[in-house]
Amino acid sequence: MPDLLFELFSEEIPARMQKQASEDLKRLVTNALVEAGVTYEGAQAYATPRRLALHVVGLPARQPDTREERKGPRVGSPEGAIQGFLKSAGLASLAEAKIETDPKKGEFYVAVIEKPGRPTLDLLAEILPATIRAFPWPKSMRWGAASTSSASLRWVRPLRAILATFGAETEEPEIVPFEVDGLAAGNITYGHRFLAPAEIRVKRFEDYAAKLEAAKVVLDPARRKEIIRQDARNLAFAQGLEVVEDEGLLEEVAGLVEWPVVLMGRFEDAFLDVPGEVIRATIRANQKCFVLRGPDGRLANRFLLVSNIEARDGGATIIAGNERVIRARLSDAKFFWETDKKVWREDREFARLERFRNVTFHEKLGSQCDRIERIRALAKELCAVTGADPKKVNDAVTICKLDLQTEVVGEFPEVQGLMGRIYAGQIGLDPSVAAACEEHYKPVGPGDSVPKDPVSVTVALADKLDTLVGFWAIDEKPTGSKDPYALRRAALGVIRLVVENEVGLPILPIVTFAIFQPLAINLSKEFGTINAFEHLSAALRDSAIDAKARHELYVQILGPSSQKVVDEISSATDQKSADLLSFFHDRLKVMLRDQGARHDLVDAVLGNGEANDDLLLVVQRVNALGRFLETEDGKSLLAGFKRAANILRAEEKKDGEGAFEAAAEPAFCREPSEKALLEALSKAGEAAGIALGKADFEAAMRAMAALRGPVDAFFEAVLVNAEDPAIRRNRLALLATLRRVTRQVADFSRIAG
Amino acid sequence: MTALTHGPDALRPDRSFQGLILTLQRFWAEKGCVILQPYDMEVGAGTFHPATTLRALGPRPWNAAYVQPSRRPKDGRYGENPNRFQHYYQFQVILKPSPPNLQELYLESLYAIGIDPAVHDLRFVEDDWESPTLGAWGLGWECWCDGMEVSQFTYFQQVAGQECAPVAGELTYGLERLAMYLQGVDNGFELNFNGLEGDAKVTYGDVFRQAEEEYSRHNFEYANTEKLFRNFAEAEAECRALLAAGERGEGERHRQVLPAYDQCIKASHAFNLLDARGVISVTERQSYILRVRELAKACGAAWVKTEAGGAA
Repeated sequence: MPDLLFELFSEEIPARMQKQASEDLKRLVTNALVEAGVTYEGAQAYATPRRLALHVVGLPARQPDTREERKGPRVGSPEGAIQGFLKSAGLASLAEAKIETDPKKGEFYVAVIEKPGRPTLDLLAEILPATIRAFPWPKSMRWGAASTSSASLRWVRPLRAILATFGAETEEPEIVPFEVDGLAAGNITYGHRFLAPAEIRVKRFEDYAAKLEAAKVVLDPARRKEIIRQDARNLAFAQGLEVVEDEGLLEEVAGLVEWPVVLMGRFEDAFLDVPGEVIRATIRANQKCFVLRGPDGRLANRFLLVSNIEARDGGATIIAGNERVIRARLSDAKFFWETDKKVWREDREFARLERFRNVTFHEKLGSQCDRIERIRALAKELCAVTGADPKKVNDAVTICKLDLQTEVVGEFPEVQGLMGRIYAGQIGLDPSVAAACEEHYKPVGPGDSVPKDPVSVTVALADKLDTLVGFWAIDEKPTGSKDPYALRRAALGVIRLVVENEVGLPILPIVTFAIFQPLAINLSKEFGTINAFEHLSAALRDSAIDAKARHELYVQILGPSSQKVVDEISSATDQKSADLLSFFHDRLKVMLRDQGARHDLVDAVLGNGEANDDLLLVVQRVNALGRFLETEDGKSLLAGFKRAANILRAEEKKDGEGAFEAAAEPAFCREPSEKALLEALSKAGEAAGIALGKADFEAAMRAMAALRGPVDAFFEAVLVNAEDPAIRRNRLALLATLRRVTRQVADFSRIAG
Repeated sequence: MTALTHGPDALRPDRSFQGLILTLQRFWAEKGCVILQPYDMEVGAGTFHPATTLRALGPRPWNAAYVQPSRRPKDGRYGENPNRFQHYYQFQVILKPSPPNLQELYLESLYAIGIDPAVHDLRFVEDDWESPTLGAWGLGWECWCDGMEVSQFTYFQQVAGQECAPVAGELTYGLERLAMYLQGVDNGFELNFNGLEGDAKVTYGDVFRQAEEEYSRHNFEYANTEKLFRNFAEAEAECRALLAAGERGEGERHRQVLPAYDQCIKASHAFNLLDARGVISVTERQSYILRVRELAKACGAAWVKTEAGGAA
C-alpha cells in the first residue's frame, strides 16, 4: 500500500516549538484523511531546526466508494417538489430515480447517489495545502515580496521548500500536485546547512531518512537527544566526571542542531568560588551548555557544548570561542556575586529595604515595601499557631525579599530565594532565618516539597495568605483558565503547609483581618488626618482580631461620621472572606481528589454546618470518616442513616420541612428499641460533641459507631409510620435526631453508596 | 600628516575595527545596498535611524546599510567594564522586501569578515524582537558564532504601529563584540582600531575610554534632570505640532514627517537619560515608553502619506 512522505523545509524553527509542531502536523493530516474516509496503518512525525516531516504508512490508493439512498417525494407530487428533489440529489430526470413502495405512504421516489472514491493523491493535494495554510503556530510571520499582500502565507519563519511524495514501495512515487503561495510541492530537500547543503532528490521515507543521514541530518529528535546524552556521558566519564543531567536543556539543545557534536571546554578554577547554582544558571541560560560534577559532587571546571558541525579543525576553534564567552559570562557572574556579598556585608541594618518603596507590587496593592510590612503583621499573628520564634520570623520577613535587589537575581531570576539564603548565610544570620529566604516561596507546585522549619512555615504562610487576601480584596480572582497571579497555587500551598506541618490555623479570622486592614487604611486616608492614619495602622497591627472590638476602634478613631462606611466595609470584608474560604475548600477538594480521597467525603465533612476554616481539621475529619466507613459499623450506620433520611424526606413532604425537629419524648416510646435509640442518641451526641471539641475525630467516630446497634434494632422492631400520629411523630423525631447527631461529624446524606 | 607605511593587512577585518566596518560596507555595497552614514542624532540603536524606522514602511523597495553609533546611557560603566559601554557601534542592514536568500547573504557576510563555517559553529537561535518605544516587532533570531551572539536577524512585521507590507529583513551586527572575537581580545578597550602596530597603533580605548568615563558621570550624576524633563515635554509637543502642521488632509501628502520624527528621537533619548539618572519610577517608566511609542506611531502613520512612504 502507498505511503505519504511530507516535508516542510524552512528557516530555523524555534526549538521550543518543534515538538508541538510535529504533533500538530501529524494530527491535522491524519484527521483530515480519516474525515475523508481514508484509513492508514501508521503515522510518524519528525522535526529538526529546519524541517517538519511526516510519514504516513499504509494508505489506500483510492478513497472508498460511497452509496447513499435519499428518500424523495411521493409519486405524483407537485412539480415543484419533484424538481427540488432532482436538484438536491443531483439527478437529471426522474428516470434516474427508483420508485419504492411503503404500505403507509404508498409509492415514492428514491435517489441512489453513488460516489466513487477519489484517488488519495487528489485528496492529499487538497489536504496538504490546507494544513499548511491553517497551521497552528503559536506565533507566525510574513516575509518576502509576497508579504505586500496581507493574505500571503504565514509560517513560523520563511518556508523554503515543500516535499510531498505518494506511492507504493514497488513503484516510482508521485509528487502530490499542489502549490502554496507560489511554492510548488516537489521531491527535493536539502541536507545540513553547512556540511551538505546540496539538493537531495527523494522517493520515499526510507531513502529520505537515509539520504538525510548521509547529508549530516539526524531527522529523529529522540535520536538526536540520545546521541547528545550518550556522547556527553562518555566525554564526562573519560575525565572522571559526571554530567549534571538537565532534561529541559537536552530537549532544547536537540532542537538547535541537525548534526549534534558534543565538545568539552573548561573554565578557570577561580570561578568555582561562585555558588554552583549560579554557575549552572549562567552557563545554561546564556550558553545552553551542560555543567559537570566531580566524584565529590562539586561542580567541575568543565562544560559541555553541543555544536552543529563536524569542524575541520576537530572543534578546537569552537571550543576556544565558547570558552571565551563562558569566561566573560562567569566574570560577570563573579562580579555580581562579589558586589552582592559586599552589599550584604556592609548594609547590616538593611537600609536598602527602603528601595522597595519604589517597586510596585501591584498598582492597587502598593509597593513591595507595603507588602513586606503586611507579611510582617500576618507572620506575627501566625507565630502563635506555628510555634515559631517571633524574633526569627521578624528577621526572616525583613530579608526574605531582599535578594530581589541583588545583581545575581537580577540576571538570573531562577535563583531567586536560593541567593537570599546564601547571602544571609554568608553574613552569619541564623540558619532558620537564612533558609526562610528560599523556603518561604515553597511549595511552588504540587510536586514541590513543603518546608518544615517553623520560621519558614510561618513566613511561607504569611506570604501566600497576603497574596490571596490582597487579590481577593481588589476582586482579582482567578477565572476559568486565567490565573495570572497564580492564586490557585498559593491556596494549595497554604493547604499543604498547614496539613503537612499539622498547623491548626483557623484561617477565617486571619483572612478577615487581612482583608479588612487595607480597606480600613484607605478609609482612614479618606476620613482621618495623617495622625489618625498612623494611629489606625498601629491599632491594626496590635489589636487582637476580634471583629467587634476592631469595628469600635475604627469608629472611635475616625469619628462618628465614619460609622456607615465602616459598616459597609465590614460587611464587604465578611463577604470576601467567606468567598476566599470557599476557594480554599475548592482547592482542598481538588487536592484530596488528586490524592485519591473520595470527594463525596470532603463534601460530607464540609456539610457539617460549621465554618470549616481550619483546613487541617477538615482533612483529619475526612480521613477519620473514610476509615470509619471502611468498618462494618460505619457501613451499617450509613445504611441506617440513608434509610432514616429517605423516610424523613418522604414524610417531611407531607408534614412540612422541619416538622420533626422537636425533641423525641420518652413518653411516646412504645417499644424498648425506641427508648434504647433515644438514649443512644443522647449519649452519642454528647460524646461526639466532647470528642469534636478536642478535635479527636477517632473518638467522635467511635461515638457514631455506638449508634449502629440501636439504629439497626430500631428499624428491625418498629414501623416508623405508625397509625397513631403521636407515635409516628415521635419516631420521626428520633430519626431527625439521628440526622442532627451524625451531622456534627459529617453530612451523611452527601456520602455516596 | 605623513603617509602611513603599512600593508593592506591593516585593513583586514580581523586586524582593525575600521577594517571590519570597511569590509562590511564593501560587502553590502556589492550586494546593491545604499551605504549611508550614521544618523546625526543620539539614538539607542541602529533601528532608530529613519533609514530603518521610516523606510521599512510602505511598498517601495529599499536596501541600505550603515554604521550607527548608539547610546544607551544606562549601560555606562565608567570605562571599568571591558564589555559594556554607554556608546557603541551597530552595523545595520535593511532589505525590503526581505530577499529569499537573506540567511545565505548574512552567512556570506560573515565569511567576508573571516568567519568560516567550516570551523565555526553558526546558529540561528530564536529571538523575537520587540521595541516598545518604536511600536515595532518582528520574528527572527540572534545569530550565534561559537556560542556568542554576534548579530540580530529580524523579519519586521510591524514598525511604528504600521504593518510592514512588504516585510523588510533587518540585520544588526554588534561591531565591538564581533571585532573582539575576530581580533581575539577579551577587553573591548584593547581592540586595535586602525590596524597598525607599535607607536602607530590606536586602540578603541585610546578613542573612547575618556568618553566612557565622562559620559558615565554625565548619565548617572550630572545630567540636568529638570532640563531633561523639559526637553522630553518640548520634544513631544514639537513632534505633535509638526505632524499637525504637515497634515494636508484626505488624499494629500504629508509634508513634515522627518522633522517630526527627529523630535520623537529626542524624546526617546531624554527618556533614556532620565531613566539612567534613576528619576523615573517603575510605574512612570511604562507611561513614558508609551508616550514615545505614540509619537513613533503618529510618525509612522504620517510617513505612509509621503512619497517615500509610497503614497500616490
